[in-house]
Amino acid sequence: MRVSSGQPWTAWRGNIPVTSLYTAGLAGQDFLEALKSRGEITGSKCAKCRQVYVPASIFCERCFGELKERVRVGPEGEVVTFTVCHLDLDGRELARPQVAAAVRLDGATSVLVHRGLGDVAKWKIGARARVRLAAKRRGSILDIEGFELA
Amino acid sequence: MSRVAIVGAGITKFVRRAKETAPELSWAAAKAALDSAGMTLDQIDCVIHGTAPDAFDGVHMKGEYLASGSGGWGKPYTRCYVGGGTGVFAPIHAWMHLASGKFKTALVVCEEKMSSCQPHPQGAFITIFDHTTERALGPNLLWIFALEQQRYMAVHGITNEEIALVSVKNKRNAMGHPSAQLGAELTVKEVLASEVMAHPVHRLMVSPTSDGAAAVVMAVESVAKKVTRNPVWVEGVGWALDTAFWTNRDLYYPRYVEVAARMAYKMAGIREPAKEIHIAEPYDPFAYKELHHLEGLLLAPKGKAPKLLADGHFNRDGGRLPSCPSGGLLGVGNPISAAGMMKICELFWQLRGEAGPRQVKGKPRKAVAQAWGDLMQVGTVVVCGV
Amino acid sequence: MMEPRLGTPLSSEDFEQGKVFTESYAPKAEYAWDTGPSIGRYLAELKEGRLVGRTCRACKRTFIPPRSFCELCFRPADDWVVFPGTGKVNTFSLCYITWDMRKLKDPQIPAVIEIDGASEGHGILHLLGNVDPKQVKVGMRVRAVWKPAPERAGAITDILHWEPMP
Repeated sequence: MRVSSGQPWTAWRGNIPVTSLYTAGLAGQDFLEALKSRGEITGSKCAKCRQVYVPASIFCERCFGELKERVRVGPEGEVVTFTVCHLDLDGRELARPQVAAAVRLDGATSVLVHRGLGDVAKWKIGARARVRLAAKRRGSILDIEGFELA
Repeated sequence: MSRVAIVGAGITKFVRRAKETAPELSWAAAKAALDSAGMTLDQIDCVIHGTAPDAFDGVHMKGEYLASGSGGWGKPYTRCYVGGGTGVFAPIHAWMHLASGKFKTALVVCEEKMSSCQPHPQGAFITIFDHTTERALGPNLLWIFALEQQRYMAVHGITNEEIALVSVKNKRNAMGHPSAQLGAELTVKEVLASEVMAHPVHRLMVSPTSDGAAAVVMAVESVAKKVTRNPVWVEGVGWALDTAFWTNRDLYYPRYVEVAARMAYKMAGIREPAKEIHIAEPYDPFAYKELHHLEGLLLAPKGKAPKLLADGHFNRDGGRLPSCPSGGLLGVGNPISAAGMMKICELFWQLRGEAGPRQVKGKPRKAVAQAWGDLMQVGTVVVCGV
Repeated sequence: MMEPRLGTPLSSEDFEQGKVFTESYAPKAEYAWDTGPSIGRYLAELKEGRLVGRTCRACKRTFIPPRSFCELCFRPADDWVVFPGTGKVNTFSLCYITWDMRKLKDPQIPAVIEIDGASEGHGILHLLGNVDPKQVKVGMRVRAVWKPAPERAGAITDILHWEPMP
């Protein structure tokens, strides 16, 4: 941590050294277990509010009810929106443009966001897409490799 | 201005590392509060969420992240934050929302998931020190408490044995609290035999880091009287922040707690707090802090809280003014903002006779909760009455 | 009161043995904090081996660290003052733990040192050194021990520590 020199007013350099460790949570643990061991995408149904939340949730954010009913959604769905990224988090040019897509899987009311795979130019709102699973799964959202156009 | 009451309360267990995500913890406490009032989310007009540094849960814009778990979907939602003072600050914000007449009901939720912060939640606190003039010295959070405790002891001639009694009292009281992380039967000798972390602070004088959430439902008078036969009225609120130049003021006395307390007592019409208050829940992140804050709350003369404690004045059973009947942060746990809210919940249960094994006898009617935070800076105070 | 809800405890073994799914993330939070004119000069003076502060004539205060305005009356701060580099221990601790909870065999001795020349009770956070921890007392007179000039960088650590006055 040094003071930049050569100016009457200076800046002090430093960082905030925190690493975060996130648990998946009660619903998240089940969601990832289903994904890891069975390759299934799980949502939670609130019959009262006519919602199916994906990933699964233990409560409905609208009525606050406890959600016990789990449903399997997908593996196909509709592209609700997408974008093509050209820069990384630090503003540097990506080697290849990447699609980020929000897909409403069949049976869900919420969208799931993940990578869009395949030819960037072919992506369209309203297109059908399907989940492609990763070859090796460990209980992570990256057990999904991304969405590919169906 | 409308009279405002607390009509329901809910809490999770306080644990070192919770399996639940932060929104799941928030929901559990918030739903429990609604259930205890026999109310549903659609009867809530606004939501106040109190949560401390984003660095603990590791999600920035933490207020937004926690909105859904706090019942904030589609509702006017406010996140407030003032360090450890947050848990008592949140109901003050709710009071303002309701007393103004703008809203009739509020759900007030406080949550913290400190275990996310690696390698240890303590590490997130180093940023409390000035980045340019202090952090280069390699400080940690223990320094600032140890420095304050040392000053308090030196100015008044207080011994560590007198301070250790707070840990004994609170951890014992916590054995009656179903959420408690660290309830235990201890002696002063055992407290002082525990590892010296930063002299004069011993390990058993420090509250744990915790994950947990607590919540209350508040309502204006017309609604409160319909929801419950025993509303707990918010009779006084006060808050004050001292300067961040903490090395330019004398740490032996929390003057900012006194300023906040006077504001709350004045509003509540309390002229002699030491006589008129029946239960106190001062903030106790470290053992000496309870004594420090009892003095700031004008419930003991300066420097005299330790003697009163030793005389049994603050005991839950038989004491003239039970202090931390909940078991406090030392016994129940310290998920930063939820800890202060736990004290608000305790006032609610105590004043309604619902505190079970922790119940203070004699039908207590007036109680005060206080939280503290930041760089030995903030006092937030709520006075409740039935 | 109702029974508490949720708050399912996990042990460190649960994490180590992968019984729960987790994700880990370390944000790159790097900063260049502007010092402003007052702390900028504070650091420049430290590099020269001098401890300085400022005054507020209205409040009749001399404070350290220097600041550009008086936080009590909100006026811009007035004159600069050079301090003799001695002081008195207002409070101290013997700390056996680091910020990331590692144990220390020999304690660090943080202290608030009231600076001679500043107003009553106005001090800074620093470290004591060259002293037996058992001998440290509130009220002890101390003096700054400076790093040699070539090692000073314009930082609070240009003062190595404060030692008891002979």
